[in-house]
Amino acid sequence: MAATKKLGAYICKGCGIADRLDIKQLVSTATRDGKMNVVKEHDFLCNSEGVSMIQADIDSGEVDHIMIAGCSKRAKTDAFSFDSVAMSRANLREGVIWVRPESDDSEIEETTQEMADDYIRMACAEVKFMTVPASSGEQGRTPHVLVVGGGFTGLKAAVEVNKAGYEATIVEKSGALGGTAAQLYKSIPGRSPFADPQQPEIIDLIKQVESNSKINVHLNSSMDNIGGAPGRFNADINADGNIVSGIFGSIIQATGFTNYDAGQLPEFAYGKSPDVVDQLGLEMLAKEANGGAIKRPSDGKEVENVVFVQCVGQRSEKEGHLSYCSGHCCLTSVKQAMYFKDQNPEVDAMVLYTELRMPGAGGEDFYRNGQNKGITFTKGEVSEVVPGSNVTVKFQDLILNEAVELEADLVVLATGMVANSGVNVETCASEDDDAEAAAVNKEQAVLNLDYRQGRDMPQLVNGFTDSHFICFPYETRRTGIYSAGPVRRPMDMVQATEDATGAALKAIQAIENAAIGRAAHPRSGDLSFPSFRKEGCTQCKRCTVECPFGAINEDEQRYPLFNEARCRRCGTCMGACPVRVISFENYSTDTVGQALKAVDMPDEFDEKPRILLLACENDAYPALDMAGMTRQEYSAFVRIMPVRCLGSVNTIWISDALNSGYDGIILMGCQKGENYQCHFVKGSEMAHYRMSKIGDTLEQLNLEKERVQTYEIAITDIHKVPKIINDMAATIEEIGMNPFKF
Amino acid sequence: MKYRNNFLREVEANVEEGEWVKRCMQCGVCAGSCPLGPHWEHPPQEIFMMIRAGKREEVLSSDSMWMCTSCYNCIARCPRELPITHIMHGLAHYATRLGLVPENQQTNKFAQKFWDNLSKKGRVNELKLGLSLYFMNGFMEGIKTSLKMQKIGLGMWKTKRMDPMEILGGHGCEDTSGLQAMLKKASEIEAAKKVKV
Ligand code: SF4
Ligand code: SF4
Ligand code: SF4
Ligand code: SF4
Repeated sequence: MAATKKLGAYICKGCGIADRLDIKQLVSTATRDGKMNVVKEHDFLCNSEGVSMIQADIDSGEVDHIMIAGCSKRAKTDAFSFDSVAMSRANLREGVIWVRPESDDSEIEETTQEMADDYIRMACAEVKFMTVPASSGEQGRTPHVLVVGGGFTGLKAAVEVNKAGYEATIVEKSGALGGTAAQLYKSIPGRSPFADPQQPEIIDLIKQVESNSKINVHLNSSMDNIGGAPGRFNADINADGNIVSGIFGSIIQATGFTNYDAGQLPEFAYGKSPDVVDQLGLEMLAKEANGGAIKRPSDGKEVENVVFVQCVGQRSEKEGHLSYCSGHCCLTSVKQAMYFKDQNPEVDAMVLYTELRMPGAGGEDFYRNGQNKGITFTKGEVSEVVPGSNVTVKFQDLILNEAVELEADLVVLATGMVANSGVNVETCASEDDDAEAAAVNKEQAVLNLDYRQGRDMPQLVNGFTDSHFICFPYETRRTGIYSAGPVRRPMDMVQATEDATGAALKAIQAIENAAIGRAAHPRSGDLSFPSFRKEGCTQCKRCTVECPFGAINEDEQRYPLFNEARCRRCGTCMGACPVRVISFENYSTDTVGQALKAVDMPDEFDEKPRILLLACENDAYPALDMAGMTRQEYSAFVRIMPVRCLGSVNTIWISDALNSGYDGIILMGCQKGENYQCHFVKGSEMAHYRMSKIGDTLEQLNLEKERVQTYEIAITDIHKVPKIINDMAATIEEIGMNPFKF
Repeated sequence: MKYRNNFLREVEANVEEGEWVKRCMQCGVCAGSCPLGPHWEHPPQEIFMMIRAGKREEVLSSDSMWMCTSCYNCIARCPRELPITHIMHGLAHYATRLGLVPENQQTNKFAQKFWDNLSKKGRVNELKLGLSLYFMNGFMEGIKTSLKMQKIGLGMWKTKRMDPMEILGGHGCEDTSGLQAMLKKASEIEAAKKVKV
């Protein structure tokens, strides 16, 4: 296979590399061990002259697979971007000279040079097993976004999508657009001076949508089925009983929330007295009053005093309560108390809170304005609301530390948001050969995806769809489908505006990526994609189950069916496959496996152990690079290999490494679990799980389990990574060398 | 009425800087910053909450605001920029007007002595003020304190920081009767002010 490839090696002497390393020796390693056809050195490879030298060789057809030895693969990517060839990089700068002491000591010089030689061997081996990614032919461009949910977020998203020149179709469950927002009398101010409740934007938004011919609306509708992938989603909409089919480029899920039912909390008398309402109930009363005095429901008396109770059934670990903060309810109560104060300052309006939370740029100003308008804020914990001709609120004043019973004309309960995220694909009944379960799931699902991993988007915590709220907002675990608004996390309309806009941009990006076969975040621009060798596949289904993005379906013969546009190119499927039939053009069990086997393994009596470090290229590898930039020293016995995601680590690499004589193996991936930092959501978790099983293998081989260690590393752990390497070196000194050296 | 706005409104109408009380966000920074904090029954934060909870009698007859030494620590630190010191004095003053000051309130007593001393001649007679403070709480205690302070007094005399002759009347401003007339007029105006409830 390698025979037809034209291999070129380019070794840089700049940045002090030539001062510290024997370049002649590197050239000979690349020629003799690396078997490269062309080997050149250059004083400053990344300058225009160096780059032209490489480009000239490419243009003349002399090379089509190149190995560049110099700085880290993360550096100088603009200079070294040669689209038409396969390329690997040997990290001699951040990975060798910057982490090794400058010294005349011949032993140090020797081990440092060995490190560099090995990196050359590894990069040469790697590139030999690469091919240039080619177009899959799966591409298609459909400039049309499907928006599921016609509430505030959905409408906003549709309008934004349309402003950017794309068509939108809205599917709304109820008979009218506007959702919860349309039920509000006024909304929380979104602009400075954040002083007064403002006219809700929703009325105007509905008008914009209804008058726009490029935004289609289906009312009383739901999703019957969504198949395909970004760029070519084929969706069946159940539009008031008729199935309407369409092709869409991407999807925004803006299915919003359901108001928590305060009736579940008997101590608050909701449902027992008409004068106890929730926040939506108060909006209704305010709408009825329409600027006049708000009247209490029981007897129509004008409300003279009103008590707002915060955190009702929220931020509480009690059974049946919501454990989280819904993020808008303190703001909403202040807004609603202003309804009373603005109409008649003589009305006593009190907000009872345990912690008042006023998020957003204007939150604090809005609170101050509430105080200026004379709203009384009392830190207190409500124990009971007692119905009666006047409702009595029993609470403990937490500042004055005393029990209080207070009569009120009206009590408003701040209850929370429950996400409308459909079925929980991880816990719902399995549909395998169970038509009944399938019918139930279908009824509950909001998207009804034809994905092997389930009908709706996976959830992370508390029923909200899984999308990392800091690092990768809007990106979900279904490529090309973006959740926005309170289905993603609890929020108010100011935040929902941002969310809708963000999701709209993501949806557009997905359409354009799909059109040219490029990956989405975090490997944006990547043109490679996984393929599998059908003859070798045993139909074990591990790839279809473990793919964090549900990218792989099954075909009629139950073989995996890869969907390139759904794929994020993490390689988790490749790491999962027990028979190793999955690979990318430029990343495979061979590219890494051959590279790690290419090192020159000293024999047992050389006292020179070898440690293999498989580092996730998202966080761990940059942390290692930064350890170099800050000149932290670590053991010269380590050989580092970047991987796309720890999830792509196939256990064959571990057994190959141990069989070829490595004394220790370190795996570094991102944080997993509920607060994951893993750029591929589940990759690191899968790797940790697989490695937890490797203990048995080690035992069978009679090897100590300390030889393989897995770590969660953040990009900031630049002082931790050298220590982990050095600790492993010390461990090996203690337990001795790997007996499997040849 | 409890937790209604009536007392808050009364404070806003009658107490110097009273309109700030509603803006307190109950962070407790003032209570934590006050050097005398531990000795107050109700630190400023609590007083503000009590006003909002409608505890009129408890606040106005409280000893607490009389504890303020005008060090201005709280004002410097309050994140809501409440003029806390001024409000404390405003409350003390309002309580005095209403005759709600607790009996034998020491700050209040000394304040009266200071005023009496100053208003007589327009100048503070330090010797007399000092002695009246020693004897404020009875003759025996006055003797005891005077004996205790004897050395300091002699030292001050020697270094010309104190003139013993001041005991015989002492110095005053130029137009004492004019001053008296002004003060009389001012107290008439003050008395005519109605308490606004
Ligand atoms: S590379 Fe990752 S996203 Fe793509 S199919 Fe494999 S596991 Fe799924
Ligand atoms: S993991 Fe490998 S063997 Fe199993 S179904 Fe997927 S491709 Fe086939
Ligand atoms: S520091 Fe200011 S805001 Fe905080 S409790 Fe005191 S008065 Fe209130
Ligand atoms: S000014 Fe008064 S209330 Fe404020 S910190 Fe000083 S003594 Fe305490």
